[in-house]
Amino acid sequence: MDLTKMFQFNADRSSYPELDANGKPIIDLSSHKYLKLWQGPQHPGVTGNMSLELTVNGDEIVESITHVGYLHRGFEKLMERRKFIQCFPTCIRMCVAEPDPNEYILSACIEELGGIEVPETAQWLRTLALEMARLQVLLRGVPGQAGTFSLGLGYQWGNYIRDLILDRFEELTGGRVYHMYILPGGVRGLLPDGFKKRMEENLKLVDEFLVNINDLMYNNIVFKQRAVGLAVIPVEWIDKYGVYGPSARAAGIMRDVRKTHPYLKYGELDFEPFTTTASDVYARSLVRWHDLKMTVDLIRQIMAKMPDKGDIKAPTPNVMHWRIPKGETYVKCESSRGEYGMYMVTDGSDMPRRVNLKGPSYTQATALLERLLINANIADTAAIMVSLATCPPEIER
Amino acid sequence: MSIKDLLTPFTAWKRITKDPVTIRDPFNDRPGAERYRGFHKNDVNKCIGCGTCEDICENEAIDMVPFKDPISGDSGLRPRLDYGRCCWCALCVDVCTTNSLTLSNEYTWVTVDPEDFRYTPGVDKKAWDDNEKGWKKPEGNYEFYNINRVEMHHLHPEDRDKSFVEMVKGYSREQAIAEADRCVECGICTATCPAHMGIPEYIKAVRHEDMEEGLRILYETNPLPEICGRICTHKCETVCSIGHKGDPLSIRWLKRYIADNVSSDKYKEILNTIDLSNNHKKVAIIGSGPAGLSAAHYLALMGYQCTIFEQYEKAGGMMRYGIPEYRLPYDSIDKDIDYILSLGVDIKYNARIGIDITLEQLNKDYDAVFAGTGLHLGRSTGIPGSDNEHVYYATDLLRQITAGEEIEVTDQIVVIGGGNVAMDITRSLARMQNQKFGKVNIITTALEREKNLPADLEEVVESREEGAVINPGWAPQSIEIENGRPVGLHVIKCNSLFDDSGRFNPQCDITKKEFFRGSMIVQSIGQGMDLSYVSEDFKKDLEFGPRGRVQTNAHFQTSVKWFFMGGDIIEGPDVIHGIANGHKAAIGIDNYIQGIDFAPAK
Repeated sequence: MDLTKMFQFNADRSSYPELDANGKPIIDLSSHKYLKLWQGPQHPGVTGNMSLELTVNGDEIVESITHVGYLHRGFEKLMERRKFIQCFPTCIRMCVAEPDPNEYILSACIEELGGIEVPETAQWLRTLALEMARLQVLLRGVPGQAGTFSLGLGYQWGNYIRDLILDRFEELTGGRVYHMYILPGGVRGLLPDGFKKRMEENLKLVDEFLVNINDLMYNNIVFKQRAVGLAVIPVEWIDKYGVYGPSARAAGIMRDVRKTHPYLKYGELDFEPFTTTASDVYARSLVRWHDLKMTVDLIRQIMAKMPDKGDIKAPTPNVMHWRIPKGETYVKCESSRGEYGMYMVTDGSDMPRRVNLKGPSYTQATALLERLLINANIADTAAIMVSLATCPPEIER
Repeated sequence: MSIKDLLTPFTAWKRITKDPVTIRDPFNDRPGAERYRGFHKNDVNKCIGCGTCEDICENEAIDMVPFKDPISGDSGLRPRLDYGRCCWCALCVDVCTTNSLTLSNEYTWVTVDPEDFRYTPGVDKKAWDDNEKGWKKPEGNYEFYNINRVEMHHLHPEDRDKSFVEMVKGYSREQAIAEADRCVECGICTATCPAHMGIPEYIKAVRHEDMEEGLRILYETNPLPEICGRICTHKCETVCSIGHKGDPLSIRWLKRYIADNVSSDKYKEILNTIDLSNNHKKVAIIGSGPAGLSAAHYLALMGYQCTIFEQYEKAGGMMRYGIPEYRLPYDSIDKDIDYILSLGVDIKYNARIGIDITLEQLNKDYDAVFAGTGLHLGRSTGIPGSDNEHVYYATDLLRQITAGEEIEVTDQIVVIGGGNVAMDITRSLARMQNQKFGKVNIITTALEREKNLPADLEEVVESREEGAVINPGWAPQSIEIENGRPVGLHVIKCNSLFDDSGRFNPQCDITKKEFFRGSMIVQSIGQGMDLSYVSEDFKKDLEFGPRGRVQTNAHFQTSVKWFFMGGDIIEGPDVIHGIANGHKAAIGIDNYIQGIDFAPAK
């Protein structure tokens, strides 16, 4: 029995509004054909404090404009008034859900410009922390995609295991959400006694979770109906819109900094990121499921290979007045959302001259999301946004 | 899509028998992890209030607030936390110079008054104060600054034990910058320094390689940086906050580095003293030691015409005639003094007050008089035999060595005394013995036990390296004389020096005797002041305080309004007190001459 036809939704969609000479849609609100609808800034379907100004015709979106600016922060600017060590508690807030890549890229920038060599043990611990961060993000992110279609069960399962991973973070770093673990020069502690054993117990739960979520989501007719073919990103858009990480891999483009430009200890680990070509919401979600699976494997590899003892921090100049010579650098790493980089300029003083963060959400949730939402159904807005792993704090840093 | 897709999601029902995993807060207690970054704790007795936590806090959540009266090495302040601002990054813990600040693993705190969330850990008692768990500075090689001192290059004992060549070589550029980098700019040193030198500021100048700025900062409070950079008693280093978990900064060597690296012909330009004003007032200064030179310098800057009366052939006082050349080369003394004299300060050598000119005459010729005459008289042990002509005072011998006078050095010498002067004469005589006999045979003995010796530890160590025997813990009893010459010193064991109330009361064990053989005995148990230049009539007008010292006010003015005194005779004894006294007295003299009522009672 072919269920596809049975569940096919074939509404008579209106045509796209006419375009003017500049390619802009001509929307005449007084025609009563269109309606302005704001999704966000407070909306369960929006992943944080941002809003989408939708122009709809019936339940079809004809235009979307992304609005950010609800967080009132400006951390990049604040860092220009902070000593290098003081940037460390500041930068983590640029992506709340996954703070560790922030810590890493800031530290790596400072170390590169300041000529600091990070000890071996610290590099392993950094790799571990970054993978643990990816693990805890994906434990919510993978089932979260189903959550946007009102399937909240997997989200509850994931959140429980995520809490256990946060316990591991707590004993390793002293914090559950803001770990503040990777600092310029190294890390802030060795693995506590028995950490590996407790971590392995948690990873077993993740293994089980992966099977369950596979059954719940990827072999689910409703999820497939909603996600397959939704918000397809054509391959030619990948460079045009600056698409990175899982979203690019779902379109068949291998973009994973861990593999293409190995940093820390990734060069010594055995892994192959998953790619597929469908490039729709379903494919992007499936790539994340494979990412989660790979992360579990990577954490096991790291724990097996890493040394138990060793220096955790390289000696640095006195952090109270650490002056870094004139220079500039761009350092990147692979966050759960894609390439995550920091551009830093130093001028020889004890503060950075300029810090600029390059995160995948900035391009994906503004230009790309606006484009993808055209002709989409209002009910699919949240799904499309989540499939691009939008993180508003990283857009408005 | 297939029928499988329709049915598979229902496998989720298999979890229906599982227990919920929710923690029932507040019924279930969940303590934070071993390293949890919870609420702050502070060991207020270990904390010195250096304020480095306040400096590193990027949220400005820490304020240093008064806790007790400041004492040497403790600002008296303690960190107050504002939990409306704190982000619990624990950088304050990691940077803490004393490791007194830690975090507990406590994370719940309910109160109705928001003001409660501003508190001073350790002072305001909290339930988590005794909590053992929580964030502490990670162990191992984890520091935010280098706690180890950059080693200073010294001459090896075999290279220095025959000559008076300067033994400390000074920092190179890289060494100085690396050493200056260790400073956390807490300012505990400035508070402790008698002259209150801008130490963090000039260390910053070293870091920034701005020697000219460094020199300007030095001369704000200290006109003898070359000298102080070598032989200062560095009370600043004793209290340096980095010294609590590592080596204190080499503040003295950094000062020397600045002074050594500015050519003397640039001083006037850098310090902006090419054209000094002249107010046509005259001040007489007795003695060209640190106090006199300091007073002359600051008075000259204020436009006064100063004349120094020096009893010896050269200026410098005890710095030249008391400190051996291997510690303080004469070139360095001359560099500092020549600059002060170049400001228009007049100096009369071989001029003895009371003999060549009286104090009363000075009063007539000058608007004010400052006396910094120092402690030049040796103090006798008073034991039998100490009046023999071959029993010497260390101060006399040191002066004779500087003046180039012949000293009869024998092959066996005993020095009595455990202070820095005793070490100076020991090491000077050791060098002379080495030159004359090719070997060293000196025993230096003192009342104090080894660990309580008043001399700097490095002096004791270096004396031993040069071949002297330091044998402390003995009380001298008598000097045995044979044929008009001493042959040795009888001593008995000294067990303790002070009684329970802290009074000087040596307890000796007469059964433990020792005889130190020596044909030359040197006494170095302290110095006394020589006030012979003050006439008896004049003395009647002077007020004397305890221990025979002249009473002065905060600006070192005596009860005779035009007569100011400072330096070792009032405070110290050391160079930096003399410099500080001279500076304050200069301000006092300026106020006195201008008729300003200035000095509160001391």
